[in-house]
Amino acid sequence: MRIALQLLGVVLAVLLTGAMLGTAGWVLPPVQSEQVGFRGTGMVQVHSPKAQAALLARNEAPAPQDPAPPGGEPATKTYQNVQVLTDLSTDQFNRIMASITEWVSPEQGCAYCHNVENMADDSVYAKTVARTMFRMVRAINGPWKNHVGETGVTCYTCHRGQPVPANVWHINPGPAHPGGFAARDAGQNHPSLQAGLSSMNYDPYRELLGDKAVGERAVRVAATTALPETRGESLQHTERTYALMIHMSEGLGVNCTYCHNTRAFSSWSESTPKRVTAWHGIRMVRDINGTYIDPTAAVLPPERLGPEGDPAKVNCTTCHQGLAKPLNGAPMLKDYPELAGPVAAKP
Amino acid sequence: MAYYQNIFTQVQVHPRHPEPGVTIQEGEKRVGRGQFSYLAGLIGNAQVGPIYLGTLGTLSLVSGIIAIEIIGLNMWASVNWDPIQFLRQLPWLALEPPRPEHGLKILPPLAEGGWWLLAGFFLTASILLWWVRLYRRARALGLGTHVPLAFASAIWLYLVLGFIRPILMGSWSEAVPFGIFPHLDWTAAFSLRYGNLFYNPFHMLSIAFLYGSTLLFAMHGATILAVSRYGGEREIEQIVDRGTATERAALFWRWTMGFNATMESVHRWAWWFAVLTTLTGGIGILLTGTVVDNWYLWAIKHGVAPSYPQIGAPVIDPLSVTGGVR
Repeated sequence: MRIALQLLGVVLAVLLTGAMLGTAGWVLPPVQSEQVGFRGTGMVQVHSPKAQAALLARNEAPAPQDPAPPGGEPATKTYQNVQVLTDLSTDQFNRIMASITEWVSPEQGCAYCHNVENMADDSVYAKTVARTMFRMVRAINGPWKNHVGETGVTCYTCHRGQPVPANVWHINPGPAHPGGFAARDAGQNHPSLQAGLSSMNYDPYRELLGDKAVGERAVRVAATTALPETRGESLQHTERTYALMIHMSEGLGVNCTYCHNTRAFSSWSESTPKRVTAWHGIRMVRDINGTYIDPTAAVLPPERLGPEGDPAKVNCTTCHQGLAKPLNGAPMLKDYPELAGPVAAKP
Repeated sequence: MAYYQNIFTQVQVHPRHPEPGVTIQEGEKRVGRGQFSYLAGLIGNAQVGPIYLGTLGTLSLVSGIIAIEIIGLNMWASVNWDPIQFLRQLPWLALEPPRPEHGLKILPPLAEGGWWLLAGFFLTASILLWWVRLYRRARALGLGTHVPLAFASAIWLYLVLGFIRPILMGSWSEAVPFGIFPHLDWTAAFSLRYGNLFYNPFHMLSIAFLYGSTLLFAMHGATILAVSRYGGEREIEQIVDRGTATERAALFWRWTMGFNATMESVHRWAWWFAVLTTLTGGIGILLTGTVVDNWYLWAIKHGVAPSYPQIGAPVIDPLSVTGGVR
């Protein structure tokens, strides 16, 4: 009995040690920390140089194409059925068409969007979507400068050589569930990849990033006064906000203190300026999803739609892909002034 | 003489007949005759049983099993009755309290919190029945009521979290879900919603008593083990008839920190620290949302939280800027 117990103990210890070493996702030293706030507030960003180098290598911007020569015929004169990029010269237009092929459909080529027999034909659904995307990119680089600054975005910021960007989301109806009187999961209580493997909301995006009409204060859950004065937000909404914040943190590869002083998450005066940028970003994402992406559901084929029939939408990871600045802040827009033209009328 | 090398007792007593214990009036209600277990002997007394179950114990166990059945079956249903997913996702699964729109409704639809209320009822019944049983067993043996009183302190925190505070807040949705990770997520969200619980003075007290409990436990456990070679583990005897073990233990602490608890008072220290952990914790939870809505702002108002110098340009809420909203 005694020997058997001791053997069992040793075997268990070895197995548990092995499991711990093998499955816990360790970050090997060195780990570097960078102070971003006043001393003692714990406002520190933590990086592993090795992991950071690999991340940066995955997020390199492609070399820019040669700029278009100035002047020349307007594209609208050369080509038929130009609806969005109406302000470009033919050379600029050609340059952007070549670039978008390289950025979005390098394998499929022009035929991904165009009927190659008649390039002006609108029969391919992807062409209609691409027009909306051009309107969207110009809106991001124009009215949404408060988020993207002069760095701007191009198709590559999200697409990275793929027709559908790698990090997108659909409305998530949740796992299969018996009906009747069994308790509902309230959109929670399963391993949530979206919320850092916590048990919080598995779809924090639908309301907070997918609904353009959601209230201005939908994310704000902390009480605003020391003593209770009004009925505040529920704990359920608090978890929804918390889940969104975990998504932002993971999408940007930063921790909470990149924007917040964690002793008072809601206090703006103690936050970093990044929080204002992120605030505009949340609204930009709602605009992208509500104004530009949702309407494409009308033309998208069924295989491009989610279980609830909605198109693939964007969140913070779609552009950021693990970095605080997408493509590590490479100012691609400077090389592609064609994408910063006047914003065409919304579809 | 018995000696200790690690957490396991090296010497086990396996007498020919189990120790029946003192004779009490209700003794015939005890179940079994008692037997010996090597495994139990490693960590405590080798004798297991007889157990006194009684009416209260039986009712408590039945209520507890009903509560666990309700929670477990609803968790299993939430993975569509898949047994493998039930095991894989178990730490994430939960039975949620009613949503805010149901307020304090006694029986909202079962699927929307009704099961949570039923599980809570049976779990509470089970705990309270167990408390009465503890009290009655302590009295039957002629003991003081220290154990049931200490348990009552834990029950106080449990009742504040799941019953008293939700009623004061006017909504069951304020209560804690049943679930392993979900109740931890609830705790984090609770602190975020109510402006950082670390600024709650009763939370501070509770933490101090909790950590103090572990410190006292380590000091006392270590002291007794260290003097067990002089018979120091026979603490009760040493309280009334002080021997060299007590002398040496007391002297050790007087030498190292100038003061020592006594063989008796160290147990009062430990009891009060443990009891005050949940007592102050319960008060802290009870005040949250009912009396104080944001503990950080409360701490600023009363000069508890320090202020730090501004680093960089001042940051202003974009919603508060005219024309800043789009």
